Amino acid sequence: MAFLNLENLEKSFGETRVVRDFSLAVEQGEFVSFLGPSGCGKTTTLRMIAGFETPTSGSIQIGGVDVVNTRPNQRNIGMVFQSYALFPNLTVAQNVAFGLRVNGVDKATSAARVDEMLSMIGLGSLGARYPFQLSGGQQQRVALARALAPAPKVLLLDEPLSALDAQIRVSLRAEIRAIQQKLNITTIYVTHDQEEALSMSDRIVVMHKGIADQTGTPKEIYGRPATRFVASFIGTLNQLEAKVADSQSGQIALDDQIITLDRPIGHANGATVALAIRPQALRIGAPVTGEVSMRARVIEAHFLGAVVRLTLSVGYTQFSVDAFNRADTNLPEAGTDVVVAVAASDVLLLAD
Amino acid sequence: MIKIWSWGVVIFGAMFFALPLIGMAEFSLSMRRGVYSLDAYWVVLADPNFQATFGYSVIMALATIAFGVLLVVPTAYWVRLKIPAARPWVEFITLLPLVIPAIVIVFGYIRLYNTSSFLPMTGSVMGTNLLLMFGYATLSLPYMYRSIDTGLRTIDVATLTEAAQILGAGWVTIIGRVILPNVLASVLSGAFLTFAIVIGEFTMAALLDRPAFGPYMQILGANRAYEPAALAVIAFGLTWACMGLIGLVTLLSKHTQAAKR
Repeated sequence: MAFLNLENLEKSFGETRVVRDFSLAVEQGEFVSFLGPSGCGKTTTLRMIAGFETPTSGSIQIGGVDVVNTRPNQRNIGMVFQSYALFPNLTVAQNVAFGLRVNGVDKATSAARVDEMLSMIGLGSLGARYPFQLSGGQQQRVALARALAPAPKVLLLDEPLSALDAQIRVSLRAEIRAIQQKLNITTIYVTHDQEEALSMSDRIVVMHKGIADQTGTPKEIYGRPATRFVASFIGTLNQLEAKVADSQSGQIALDDQIITLDRPIGHANGATVALAIRPQALRIGAPVTGEVSMRARVIEAHFLGAVVRLTLSVGYTQFSVDAFNRADTNLPEAGTDVVVAVAASDVLLLAD
Repeated sequence: MIKIWSWGVVIFGAMFFALPLIGMAEFSLSMRRGVYSLDAYWVVLADPNFQATFGYSVIMALATIAFGVLLVVPTAYWVRLKIPAARPWVEFITLLPLVIPAIVIVFGYIRLYNTSSFLPMTGSVMGTNLLLMFGYATLSLPYMYRSIDTGLRTIDVATLTEAAQILGAGWVTIIGRVILPNVLASVLSGAFLTFAIVIGEFTMAALLDRPAFGPYMQILGANRAYEPAALAVIAFGLTWACMGLIGLVTLLSKHTQAAKR
């Protein structure tokens, strides 16, 4: 059985169902991100794991033990908050030692552990400082050390990088991931930043209106979005309205063209679907084996340095194509007709 | 023109405060005819009644402060954390001592806790002391609550509580090691006000017949000429010393510097 098990979690505040039928099994040492826009229920789910919210129904098991009725201070969980939440009256070392001292660890052992934690986060020399004497990034690293010092079973991170500026965000996320892997600690990471989730996680849960839309590896989430929401939330994705012409032979009617996919379609004939294609999967030129193609008109071409972005149209639908900028690339003129090719397996069908 | 007027107002206000003080200080030094002397002060300080009553009031003030902190810090914290909707009501209740005269409270006490009541607290000296301490705590409640509540506003009570909880801390640890140290400056200013109130309080101590500083000042004032003025100057000096001490403590506690920057 998985190390951290969430089964059919539900949380309602009055009439509003904030989290609906949420189930997830997290393995020991796994890094799972909850990704979604604000109000999607990701933080509420995290707070239920921490014990700050009580689920309306469902169960939470850590190491096979149900903890729904366990108070937060008995759960042995580490948590890092968006606002750092360091104790302003304590020094850095005292902050890191806090969890050890309240759990009755003696002074010498806790001092050794604090040193170990502070050198792990690279702030070994700043133990005597007060939180207000540190930068935001340093404060958040101290908060991480404080959460990890009592060797918790699970580490929860609630948008820990949101309050920091862009550069520190990137370096700190690599650092967090490295520490997590080194300690092999089961981690839940809440974020609304897809880049963070994609770059750090073993698995991502994309949440939307209290429902886990899709759970999968970053590659799966990006390459095979299961719902329209996931598709539109993660990265840029072209969505072209089309109708199923013949589901058996995989024929789809896009405006006045017929595109034949390499597989049967799981939708009835005549159903409206969206063809979802990443801009970088498309290419100008005649199709080769395994590719499908369509005719399109160039609306405009943007030169973005390393990348060239073309806006094309099929009928009234516009979409974009990204291509690497090579020295020999000739940008098509606006108004000309071109043929666009894409691997049939890169064309996703999303139902409404 | 406006500048002259505003200076005029400032000077008038300063005189309003300063002149009675200067007059009082001058009078307290005039016990020996024709020259300034500290005679009145020596008389007061040498009076065993002064030492006894002042000592009694200081102890009562410290007890009141301890009780007030134990009562108000957890209450204000809990209200902020769990029942913020009740804050206006709690604030209203803590303001009541300002509109209910002390004499009403103490008559209520005497009626409720007299020797023939179910809880004869006035029957023993300790019981009466305790009753007086509760009375003092009630009188200082508006100031204590307000200053501590203001202090709590400057920290993120909810998140700090959760951070401490998830690290394994119980309620006593949270209040004692996280909340209280972070509102210490506010607690001290509340404590200072409490101290000033208790030292000068007359009604309750007189009606409960306890040998406090307030009644002593009154007796002295009724029977002597120069000594009461000297006493007032001493009390005034002590109060200012308290205030200076609080400022010093606030200045020396390192972590509060963050709030000031």
